[in-house]
Amino acid sequence: MQRNIYVYIFVMFAVTYLIRVLPLTLIRKPIRNRFIRSFLYYVPYVTLAVMTFPDIVQATNSPAAGFLALVCGVALAWSGKSLFTVAVISCAVVFVSEMILL
Amino acid sequence: MNQDNKTWYLRGLRDGMPIMLGYAAVGFTLGIAARNAGLTAFQAGLASLLNNASAGEKAGFTVIEHNEGYLAMAIMMLIINARYLLMSCSLSQKISPKTGLIPRLIIGFEVTDEIFGVQMNVPGMINPWYTYGVITMALPGWSLGTYFGVVMGNVLPANVVSALSVGLYGMFLAIIIPPARKSRVIAALVLISMALSCVLAYLPLFAGISAGMRVIILTVIIAAAAAYFFPVAQEEGDSDAA
Repeated sequence: MQRNIYVYIFVMFAVTYLIRVLPLTLIRKPIRNRFIRSFLYYVPYVTLAVMTFPDIVQATNSPAAGFLALVCGVALAWSGKSLFTVAVISCAVVFVSEMILL
Repeated sequence: MNQDNKTWYLRGLRDGMPIMLGYAAVGFTLGIAARNAGLTAFQAGLASLLNNASAGEKAGFTVIEHNEGYLAMAIMMLIINARYLLMSCSLSQKISPKTGLIPRLIIGFEVTDEIFGVQMNVPGMINPWYTYGVITMALPGWSLGTYFGVVMGNVLPANVVSALSVGLYGMFLAIIIPPARKSRVIAALVLISMALSCVLAYLPLFAGISAGMRVIILTVIIAAAAAYFFPVAQEEGDSDAA
């Protein structure tokens, strides 16, 4: 069954907006439950890490170039470079290494 | 608009400038991901206009690409964007209790990592006009960036598209690596997450698990285990939120 992209987009919007707006409009006190707080605290790191690897080596024409971008990206982020810098240099690494590799 | 609101709005515009530039660049790479998933420029721009969430949208496009079902999409958004729940809770403490429903609905619309960050930098309570200023800059940068990512992705040479495809992952690294440097638990989590992600992606045993489900399953299991074994202190959770 082929699904409708606009329905997908609406589902994305509806769920994401409710998550963002319900606490702001309804909850006036911070979450006290330590497990839930901790779970929410760890979620972004796990999610982003899972989405980054191995996907980054599958996104490029040459997997080696993607892997090199991963290594450089980690090194740059580790040294405290901004979001913008890390993103741009990662792209540059792939561009240059694919010129050499392919 | 009174003088105070105007001052705050202008300050929001100023703080929104670097966010706009970053969003335009990252939005562009997100557009390329959207294009790979089969979305048109208009659909991708619309998704960005309504969602303003890089990780969430990337995951959403994966669900669309694999034609996975609306419920899977809803669950995916719920889990990936769960952190906005925490941020929204913190923000509710940063706005005056007198703030009306409409400003709350607008501020809630644009709860993102970066915009949340600049809002938490404001001393004391936030004037909603400050947030409106930031949104005025950031939202067009993000949605137009995504739009042009799809448009340009079609005309750019393959090697340029290949290079730009990693921009989004570069941004993810910039978000997760600095905290990993400060916390051994987060560093270990990042390594374990990537390793298990690789196992699920390549081991024939797990071949039936889609890319989208892989993110959901691993996020729930790993984050819950971390929360159980390494519960964060109250202050640590707050500092993350800021």
